[in-house]
Amino acid sequence: MGLILTEDQTILREMAKSFFEEKSPVERMRKLRDSRDETGFSRALWKEMGELGWLGILFPEAVGGAEMGYGELGIILSEAGRVLAPEPFVSTVLLGGNAILLGGTEPLQKELLPDLCTGDRLVSLAFQEQGRFSPYSIEASASRDGDSYRISGRKSFVLDGHVSDQIVTLARTAGSADEREGLSLFVVDANSPGITIERAEMLDGRNAASISFANVAVDASRVLGEPDHGADILDAVFDRAIVGLSAEMLGSFEEAFERTLEYLKTREQFGVKIGTFQGLRHRAAHMFGELEFARSIVRDAQSAIDDGRDDIAECASGAKARCSDVAQLIGGEAIQMHGGIGMTDEEEIGLFFKRLKAAEITLGDAIYHRDRFASLRGY
Amino acid sequence: MSSENLEEFQQDVRSWIDENLPADLRVGNRKDLPGGSLGKWIKAVTSKGWVTPQWPTEYGGGNLDRKQAAILMKELKAVRAPIISSFGTSMLGPTLLEFGTDEQKEEFLPAISRHEVKWCQGYSEPGAGSDLASLQTRAVKEGDEYVITGQKIWTTGADKADWIFCLVRTDPEAPKHEGITFILFPMHQEGVEVSPLTLIDGSAEFSQVFFNGARAKASHVVGPVNGGWTVAKRLLQHERTTDGGSEGGITGALKETLTDIVKREIGLKDGVLADPTLRQRLAAQELEARGLSLTMRRAGEELRSGQAGRDIGSLGKYRWANMVKNEQDLAMAAMGTQGLGWSGPGFEDTQLERTRAWLTTRADSIWGGTNEVQMNVIAKRVLKIPE
Ligand SMILES: Cc1cc2nc3c(=O)[nH]c(=O)nc-3n(C[C@H](O)[C@H](O)[C@H](O)COP(=O)(O)OP(=O)(O)OC[C@H]3O[C@@H](n4cnc5c(N)ncnc54)[C@H](O)[C@@H]3O)c2cc1C
Ligand SMILES: Cc1cc2nc3c(=O)[nH]c(=O)nc-3n(C[C@H](O)[C@H](O)[C@H](O)COP(=O)(O)OP(=O)(O)OC[C@H]3O[C@@H](n4cnc5c(N)ncnc54)[C@H](O)[C@@H]3O)c2cc1C
Repeated sequence: MGLILTEDQTILREMAKSFFEEKSPVERMRKLRDSRDETGFSRALWKEMGELGWLGILFPEAVGGAEMGYGELGIILSEAGRVLAPEPFVSTVLLGGNAILLGGTEPLQKELLPDLCTGDRLVSLAFQEQGRFSPYSIEASASRDGDSYRISGRKSFVLDGHVSDQIVTLARTAGSADEREGLSLFVVDANSPGITIERAEMLDGRNAASISFANVAVDASRVLGEPDHGADILDAVFDRAIVGLSAEMLGSFEEAFERTLEYLKTREQFGVKIGTFQGLRHRAAHMFGELEFARSIVRDAQSAIDDGRDDIAECASGAKARCSDVAQLIGGEAIQMHGGIGMTDEEEIGLFFKRLKAAEITLGDAIYHRDRFASLRGY
Repeated sequence: MSSENLEEFQQDVRSWIDENLPADLRVGNRKDLPGGSLGKWIKAVTSKGWVTPQWPTEYGGGNLDRKQAAILMKELKAVRAPIISSFGTSMLGPTLLEFGTDEQKEEFLPAISRHEVKWCQGYSEPGAGSDLASLQTRAVKEGDEYVITGQKIWTTGADKADWIFCLVRTDPEAPKHEGITFILFPMHQEGVEVSPLTLIDGSAEFSQVFFNGARAKASHVVGPVNGGWTVAKRLLQHERTTDGGSEGGITGALKETLTDIVKREIGLKDGVLADPTLRQRLAAQELEARGLSLTMRRAGEELRSGQAGRDIGSLGKYRWANMVKNEQDLAMAAMGTQGLGWSGPGFEDTQLERTRAWLTTRADSIWGGTNEVQMNVIAKRVLKIPE
């Protein structure tokens, strides 16, 4: 796969662009936030995307998917990012769905993925237990009990955990906290006895739940991958999820940049357009460069996955590191260059700023991913 | 060309390189390459026309199409062959191909592709740097010649050059962009005086050049008289997209990669660089280099597919400059006081070389349009923010 869109991909982008512009302007996201909507997004719109085949892009045809790749999914995610659509791509497709795809047995995939592709099933991934991203620092435990396991512990920041049907849960079956070995992934039904879910609203208007597990039973057939070796699946899921999330971020900061550029061309102070001030022009040029580099790096990471290259992890962390840096830069400059108006809740630029911050922190920020990139590069 | 033929071409290139490139040259564009081997290599490359692979055969080129030329370059870089390039091949040649008369092409291009005639660039003057169009060097017509008076500065390689491509003012009354002419003349003549300048890295590859009645043939004006600004700008575009191996102040290949030097100087503890801050900065630097090369590749793909990409020439130049400068900054940080050596014992060659490179690369954000000027161009032409 090259670094530019193919003809088919260009058509897909045009479709996605008009879909989101028409059905999901930024005001929609604001309304969902302000009305404290109980779902936090639109199930109807999600199903519409299912009908268009967008939710199943990654999944095999046998389970109702389209069997395409991250190049295609990235297009949808970028367009969703441009309008801050809060639909559960990250939780259901990139995290939960990917975990089932990469680690689930065939019966499990057949049971769960078809509904996921149509938009009828929501799945989340419960892994995080502390603020800073540290995927192996897991204390929640699962112990074997006949044909099943019993899970106990607390999870935080479970994206869309308040509405998911299944919660893919990471728990320790061996080893001690911080160890990569000894982790296992379980597909747990959200209505299982012993589960308590508390919804929390995040600064970007999206939802993440705190979930506690009190001796929750889950059948051994619902383990993803090998017991104790869940981190193998988890790492692969994260690599793919951050490439997807990076594409969404790309769309969001590209939109924020374009809006800011427009503002520089229209706002007048000192009798001239503020875009005539070199102090702002150079910063705009710098942002443009950062944006173009991020686009190339994301595109390359997508091809690493789609072409089955052996440097997926390196490229994925590289993409998330770069996009996290650019998110911070463009988000911050967007507010600054809008002046006082940028500080108001009414002006949409602030919504971009907040979403970009959330995405930057989600699944590891630039510092985390540069660190990982360095390890993968052997230093 | 079909992909089969391209594969065959690639095979041919490989075996030709195997036969012609000695082991002691497979170290990249270093400044200390062994002269004997290098001379032979230059002869071999020029006899194929591969210094200017895409030029027509009649001008000494290799007559390759774009894809073949790309393969050739890739294969040469893969074995770290020295890339033969000059002001003639990368800047003047392409400009002459576009603006030159048939006579000019016949007279100058073959000697450039054979690497026989050295050119220098007479653009900048003490009073005309970024604001190049304010240049004052005068040319006055006398019969079928021009007589030239004035001064150029920062002229790279002027002390070794045979010819100069020069911007001169032919109409002092016209608005500043409209009285400039692009002209070629020999350096070895009365009325041309070259005075080398020593730079902060200790090198003296730049000169001030004084013209006091130097002469140029009127038939050596490229493009229209008083219409040289268009030609000059076009040449600058070629200059900006040149990478690696041009004479324009670019460091050649160094003995040790940045990652290796940082690892060696700092050391690994449990497989991880002992200094976590440098480790972060090194990772950022590697990603910056990737970002740049992927973006250049993407721009190439956009161009070939006819997709309207944005012009990233200016972006590439200034980001490249920042990248190579930052690379040396990191090497300096890793070396500590070992990076402060100038000569004498106690310093490795690799260290001394990095220190000089740190100094040399400061120029990369200045020549060919400073970073600030490139950012002005991006804001105005790419982002279209009105001034
Ligand atoms: C939280 C808050 C509290 C405030 N409280 C008060 C208050 O109590 N009383 C009151 O009167 N005002 C108050 N203000 C308004 C504040 O003083 C203005 O927001 C500020 O002066 C900037 O003006 P502006 O918002 O119109 O932005 P603009 O002037 O339109 O600026 C937009 C962007 O252009 C840049 N810019 C403008 N001119 C130039 C230039 N010449 N060169 C380079 N860049 C330039 C700015 O730096 C900014 O990035 C408050 C603002 C905020 C956010
Ligand atoms: C290694 C090297 C090789 C060179 N080789 C050649 C050569 O072979 N032939 C040749 O003709 N020239 C050559 N040059 C000259 C080079 O093109 C000039 O140095 C360059 O154009 C800058 O001009 P200046 O040095 O006069 O700086 P100035 O133009 O005086 O700039 C001084 C500072 O002001 C800034 N500045 C200027 N205008 C603006 C603006 N509008 N907005 C914001 N900032 C601005 C600049 O960015 C810079 O930081 C070479 C230079 C170097 C360093």
